[in-house]
Formats: sequence, C-alpha cells, structure tokens
Amino acid sequence: MSEFELDSHAPKGPLQDRWKQHKFNSRVVSPANRKKYTVIVVGTGLAGASAAASLGEMGYKVKTFCFQDSPRRAHSIAAQGGINAAKNYQNDGDSVWRLFYDTIKGGDFRARESNVFRLAELSTSIIDQAVAQGVPFAREYSGYLANRSFGGAQVSRTFYARGQTGQQLLLGAYQAMSRQIAAGSVTHRSRCEMQDLIMDGDRAIGIVTRDLVTGELESHLADCVVLCTGGYSNAFYLSTNAKGCNASAIWRAHKKGALFANPCFTQIHPTCIPQQGELQSKLTLMSESLRNDGRVWAPKNKADADKRPEDIAEADRDYFLERIYPSFGNLVPRDIASRAVKQICDEGRGVGAEIDGRKLGVYLDFADAIRNQGLEAVREKYGNLFEMYQRITAEDPYQTPMRIYPAVHYTMGGLWVDYNLMTSIDGLFAGGEANFSDHGANRLGASALMQGLADGYFILPTTVSDYLARRKPIKTEQYQSQANAAIEEAQSRINRLMNAPDASVTADDFHRQLGQILWHACGMARERDTLLSAIDKIRALRDEFWHKVKITGEAEQLNQTLERAGRVADFFELAELMCLDALDREESCGCHAREEHLTEDGEARRNDMDYSYVAAWQYSGDISKPALFREYLHFDFVRPSIRNYQ
Amino acid sequence: MIFKLNIWRQQGPEAKGFFEAHEVDASEDSSFLEMLDALNENLILAGKDPVAFDFDCREGICGSCNLVINGTPHGKHKATTTCQQYMRDYVDDKELWIEPWRATAFPVIKDLIVDRSSFDRIIQSGGYIPIRTGSACEANTLPIEKEVADRAFDAATCIGCGACVAVCPNASATLFVAAKVAHLSTLPQGQMDKDRPARLLKAMEDEGFGSCSNYRECERVCPKEIKVTTITKMNRFLYRSG
Ligand SMILES: Cc1cc2nc3c(=O)[nH]c(=O)nc-3n(C[C@H](O)[C@H](O)[C@H](O)COP(=O)(O)OP(=O)(O)OC[C@H]3O[C@@H](n4cnc5c(N)ncnc54)[C@H](O)[C@@H]3O)c2cc1C
Ligand code: SF4
Ligand code: FES
Repeated sequence: MSEFELDSHAPKGPLQDRWKQHKFNSRVVSPANRKKYTVIVVGTGLAGASAAASLGEMGYKVKTFCFQDSPRRAHSIAAQGGINAAKNYQNDGDSVWRLFYDTIKGGDFRARESNVFRLAELSTSIIDQAVAQGVPFAREYSGYLANRSFGGAQVSRTFYARGQTGQQLLLGAYQAMSRQIAAGSVTHRSRCEMQDLIMDGDRAIGIVTRDLVTGELESHLADCVVLCTGGYSNAFYLSTNAKGCNASAIWRAHKKGALFANPCFTQIHPTCIPQQGELQSKLTLMSESLRNDGRVWAPKNKADADKRPEDIAEADRDYFLERIYPSFGNLVPRDIASRAVKQICDEGRGVGAEIDGRKLGVYLDFADAIRNQGLEAVREKYGNLFEMYQRITAEDPYQTPMRIYPAVHYTMGGLWVDYNLMTSIDGLFAGGEANFSDHGANRLGASALMQGLADGYFILPTTVSDYLARRKPIKTEQYQSQANAAIEEAQSRINRLMNAPDASVTADDFHRQLGQILWHACGMARERDTLLSAIDKIRALRDEFWHKVKITGEAEQLNQTLERAGRVADFFELAELMCLDALDREESCGCHAREEHLTEDGEARRNDMDYSYVAAWQYSGDISKPALFREYLHFDFVRPSIRNYQ
Repeated sequence: MIFKLNIWRQQGPEAKGFFEAHEVDASEDSSFLEMLDALNENLILAGKDPVAFDFDCREGICGSCNLVINGTPHGKHKATTTCQQYMRDYVDDKELWIEPWRATAFPVIKDLIVDRSSFDRIIQSGGYIPIRTGSACEANTLPIEKEVADRAFDAATCIGCGACVAVCPNASATLFVAAKVAHLSTLPQGQMDKDRPARLLKAMEDEGFGSCSNYRECERVCPKEIKVTTITKMNRFLYRSG
C-alpha cells in the first residue's frame, strides 16, 4: 500500500469562520442531476438515519442498510441522558466557545480544534431540527425547553426527554427517513449486513451485503459509501452496548485501506449495574444524570464491605469523589470517576457480588436527594431508571442505595476521517461513533448524540455533495468484475467460518475469553507488560478460534450463530490493534491510563511533547504489523492545560 | 435450577411449526434471554440448530425482543419487555411455553422470529412531521405547555414491539397507530397534518391488521403502558379532520 501524507483538510483562518467558509467553498450538485448519483449509507442509527433523510430530501438516490429488523431499533435508541447544545437558555454563561472548549478539554487535548468548533456551532441547529420534528424534550412550566447539567459540565446545556433522549431523537430521524422512503428517494434494507467494501483501485464504489434472512450475498454499487455503523465497545464482550453492536463494517473497510485512528481510546462509564454472574450477557448503564443527585460512597473500612448499607454509620462512609474532587464532586468526568471507583475496589472496599474473588461495586445513594427534594421530585426525574434497576437487581433504590461499577460504554476511536468526514479511502465517509473525530481521548456526557446528528443532518450532506459534484455518476455495468470478486471474498470467509477443522467451541465462548483479556489489559488501566502478554494471548486465541469455532445450521438461511461468529472474528483482529495502540501511546490521557504515566495521586500525566497526535493505523497485510501514521494536533485557539477537576 | 421449556420451532415461513421440549439449567438471577442463550450454547455444542429469537438492546428500549411466554406476550412481569423478564419470576412455573407473535401481518421468519416490517410501512404512510433539514425555526420560538409536551411524550414512548397486536383477538395494531398519532398530533407542530390518523389507519388495514373492537387486551401487555385512552384521543383527531 502506498505511503501518503495524512491531511486533515481542516480549513485555515479564524475558527468561527471555518465551517461557513468551507461550506461556501464546497461544490453543489444541481437539483436536476442529484438523482443520477447513488449514495450508500450503511447503518441507520442517529448518524445514518439523519444523513439518509437529509441526502434523500436533497434528491440523491440513497440506499440504506441495517442489521436489526427496523431502523428504529439501532443502538442509539438506548441513550438515556441527553444531548448537549450551546443554546445558553439558562443564561449561565454558555456559548459555542465554551462548549468547544469544554469538549476539547474533556477530550484531554487529543482532538482537532476545527472539528470540535464546528460541532459546538452546529449543536444549536440540532435542537431546532429535533423540536420541529416533534421530539418531546422536557419543558419547564413556562413552556420553554428545560436543561440539566451533565457529566463534567458547569453549565446546564443538556436537553433531555426523560431518560429516553436517544429513543426520541432516533424516532425523529427514523421518521424523517421513513418520509423519504415513502417519497422514493431512500431505499432501505433491514436485516441486511455489510460484509465488505467494493473497491475500484483506491476508490470505494460499493458494498457486499448478506441478507440475514436468506443468507444471500449481494453487491450494491454507488458513487460513494457512508459508514455510520456505530462503535466497537462489544470487543470487550461485556459492555453497555446492544448485543448486535459490532466493528465489522469499519474493520473490513480498514482492511481495504481505511486508516483506523486511536483504537485504544475506549470510554469506561462509571455508573453501570455491577455484573451479577459469569454468564451475564451484557451490562446495563444507569444514566450519568443520576450523579447530579446521587452521592457516591464506599465503606471507609474493609470490614464493613459485607454489612448492609443502612447499617454503616455516616461517619464510616467515604464519599470519595466529594473528598478527592471538592469542586466537581460527584460530577467529575467519566474517566476520572471510573478510575476512582476502580481504585476503591482494588483497595478491597468494594461492595456487592464477588466476581473473580473481588467485590466490584460502590454505592450511589439518593437518601439525601429524597430527603431534600421529596420522593416525588426524585421519581419525576429518575423514575424509569429506578424501575429498571429494581427489575434487574431486585433491589429498590428508593429504599437502599444503588450499587454501581464502571463498564465499557463508548469508543472514541474509529475510522480516521478528515474535516469532510472522508476516510483515507476515496469515496468512503464515516459518521457517528464509527469515526474517531471529535472526542479526543474522552467523550463528555451527552456529546455523542450531538456528534452523530451534526454529522448526519449537517456535515455529511455538504461534504458528500462536494465529493459528488467533482465526479460523473458511475456506470455500474463497468464494475461487475470488482463486485463479483468482493462477493467471492465474502463467500470464502463464510465458508471458512462454517468449516473450522476441529469445530468444538461456541463463538460466544471465544468472545467471553477475548473480553476478559481486553478488559484486564486494555480497560481502565494499561501497562506495558500486561499489554504485551495480552497481545500474545489474543494471537493464540485467534488461531484457536479459526480452528475450533463451531457453527450449526446453514449459511444459506437465517443463522444468528454465523452472524455472531463473523463479528467475533473481526473483534479478534481489532483487539490486537487496540493493544498495539495502547502500547504505542507512552502517556496517560483521558481514558487512556498507562500505569507508568500517572502522578502519585493517580492522575493522568499527558505528554504533549511526544504524543500530541492522532495515531492512525494502516493495515499492512499482516494484522500484527500495522503501519502508524501520525496526525499532529495543533492548538491555535486553546492552550492545552492539565485537566484539573479538584 | 432446571427449567422445562416447550419452544416453537419453525424452519421457515412456509414450514409447519411444532413445539419442541427442552430442559435447561439456569440461574434465577439470569434474564429470560440469558436462559435461552444457555440453551442455545448447549444446542450448538450438541450439533443442533439453535433457537432463533430477536433481541438487541436487552434493556427494554429497542423493541426487538418478542416472545409469548405461557400465553402472554412479553411474559408475566407487567409493563416489561421480554428481555427484562428475570428467571426469578418463573421459578414456580412447572413448564414454560414459548411462542412467537402470531398475526397475519407478522409472518414467522424462523422459530420465534417474525417479520414486523409492516410497522415500518405504517410509519412511512404519515407517521412523521414533514420538516426539511435545516429549515426549522429557533426551538424556543415555539413554547409548548409542559402538560402538552408530557402527554405527547407518554405516547411517544411506544417501542414498536408489536405485543399489542400479538395479544389482540383481532390482531389489530390500533394501539401502535394511536400512540404515533397521539405523539405527533398532540404537539402544535404536528397539528397541520389533519389526515395523519386516517392515513395511518388505512395503512394498518392494508397491511392485514384487524380493526379495534375494544377488547382492551393491548393495554394489559404493552411494556410501555400506553393506555387505551390513547385510542380515544386518536379518534378525536380523526373526527376533527373529517
Ligand atoms: C446505554 C447507552 C447510553 C448512552 N447515552 C448517551 C447519552 O445520554 N448521550 C449521548 O450523547 N450519548 C449517549 N450514548 C452514546 C450514543 O448513544 C452512541 O454513541 C450513538 O447513539 C451512536 O450512534 P450511531 O448512529 O453512530 O450508531 P448506532 O446507533 O449504533 O447505529 C449503528 C447502525 O449501524 C448498523 N450496522 C452496524 N453494523 C452493520 C453492518 N455490518 N451492516 C449493516 N448495518 C450495520 C446498525 O444496524 C445500526 O443501524 C449512550 C450509549 C449507550 C451504550
Ligand atoms: S403500543 Fe405498546 S405493545 Fe404496542 S407496539 Fe407500542 S410499545 Fe409495543
Ligand atoms: S432486546 Fe431491546 S427491548 Fe428487549
């Protein structure tokens, strides 16, 4: 593969003018010509559905795909807490500049200024759009929109719809997309999974899919391809993501030449329901908004770990976040809160069920909130979350404190994209959680929904148009041989999976083992020797996987075991890259805590001299020997400071 | 503990289905779907075809999961999706009968998986507020009474699971349709489209769903507690437009 210069194509000039100027410089396709272009959008979560709806409305021929039985079920639906926007409705000093700064700082200065500023700028239009679509955001008695402060922000800029913000925003985008389906501009395929990219030389011209009902492999050719296939937290097996979330689309694109950026930047969310048993299939997030009113504590003494929380005297409780971070208290950013919880449990002061010989949990207590605000006020805010907790644990959080423990939640890493959200493959774009763009080494709460929708409603329609305007519509007849070759490649991969020589172990079993390795080596704390040994283990287990994975049923019909095995196979390759990336980054920043680079108090020690770059990895033909490209980050408008939340 | 299961198996849409008996050892703290996961791992290791069933979020919000458990869509724990049922609630059941949603408009694809794309087509017929991207006015120029917004929200929580159809003797999707109408038409920005209820109801009929004759079963099984009064609201919008 060829060497090339990593150019972010970020515009120059005053930060606040860059997007405006860039839009002006972008070309447009005349309305009459738009229907001659086909755009494939893979994934119809927030990013994909909003992109498809907008591109369809503009008049392009859009083809969309998702693996669930309806676009309305994408993982975005599970987002609880809210979406940020710099509206400054609360008159508490918020502004586009402040949201920009908070996001850059929250990401520990590992994101591009241009992109993040644009995100903050577009945030306000997202709220306008959503309200007009009928998204029932929370309102004050005055009838105006309500806000709350969320995860590490000192202003109230988070818009929410009870604990179901993602659901309501996704339904808005899904309905907008449904309207385009009815109008004939968008053709959608549910239960249809992308298997590979079709390339013409260095350019992406389509995808191969597997119809999950019939097992049929098909090719789809287009003028460009947009991947909005979500994040890869499920590499860890246990995560807060939906079971089907996977890395396959972006990983196959990576193997066709798309650079993968910052794969080790994975966010651990502090407030999840602790694991109860070994065969648990997923972890459940308790929204971060709970930290607004809940107080996090653990017993001061190990001896109290087995007591009921009610029986531990006030004086014997350690409200450790309030103690260590007096000014932010329970609202410190996720990475900081997660590490503090881990620290407490590592000291043996954890509570709840024992997993691998250790109690992994701390309390999140609402007793004070109920006393001060009344039961009804607390119920109004968190009722559905409390119910969910009770259903899962059979404990009543109105009576006894919740137990929480960190879990993998979000992946900041993803396909490398330039300012146009185009990957390093010509004609291949990536939006939403699938790209790496805006969150640096740590994402702030309520910023993923904002980013997905900024990408889909506002950025991709502009940049995809610009790309198409520079090209003639492709003639699909000319590319049949490329399409057939890609189908064959996908078919041989499926054959290999279906016919492991010593088939005897389930894909889930392999996945659980892989998850354990990753969680210990590339989770909340990372360290050189553990990473090196994890890489060896992953390689060995991957070989074993291809040798022993057992899939029953046929490939030519609905086969969920085959679907899962295909995803696990990709996680095995990505997992190695995550560890290699974590090994390369000899600093601590955001979510990435290298034990060798922490201060004595356990705070991240960043190394701006040597590591102020995006690590973009290129597939070399050998999974274990990827090539590293560095996109150096320049800060012209903010000065990287040490994140201090004390 | 050991659970005795009778599971509906059906190779494809045209194939004849039948109940297959199984036993599985699962913890009381496992979820219903984790119990089925355990069964499936055993089946795979025994060289058999695992039971196909839909799921994704396993948090009660995506609407994918859909099992009829002992005759009740989503199972015995009220206001709860299948994925949020826990085995601790089923320890006293001698046997569990597990079936797919049954309705003409939801044909079985395989085992417990049905095709619910008819719901998508109902939404396509008018379940949206037409607003071009980028053309919206500033959000706070349109204040909406909190009580109105809350009512819209209550209807908007429908997850499109289809339990209301599965339980209805007429296999009607009226509750699903009413939830969408009540969500959108309650809001001032959604009131322009007077034909929405009529169009959605027509699409429902075209898809082969039955019509509503007030059995009120839907309300009982809806995991999001959408009330039948929502249907009354829809009817009001319907008459207003006519
Ligand atoms: C429990 C939870 C709560 C959250 N809460 C918040 C919050 O309060 N605020 C916030 O800002 N963020 C939150 N997030 C993060 C946020 O929800 C996600 O980052 C965001 O929704 C991702 O949107 P997306 O469109 O990129 O991807 P997704 O919504 O994951 O959509 C991915 C799409 O790709 C499709 N797909 C995937 N692979 C393939 C393939 N191979 N072929 C075809 N289709 C494919 C899927 O079918 C789906 O349609 C939360 C995340 C979790 C896990
Ligand atoms: S109305 Fe209730 S039962 Fe019917 S689809 Fe919606 S959530 Fe499911
Ligand atoms: S799996 Fe999502 S609602 Fe049950």
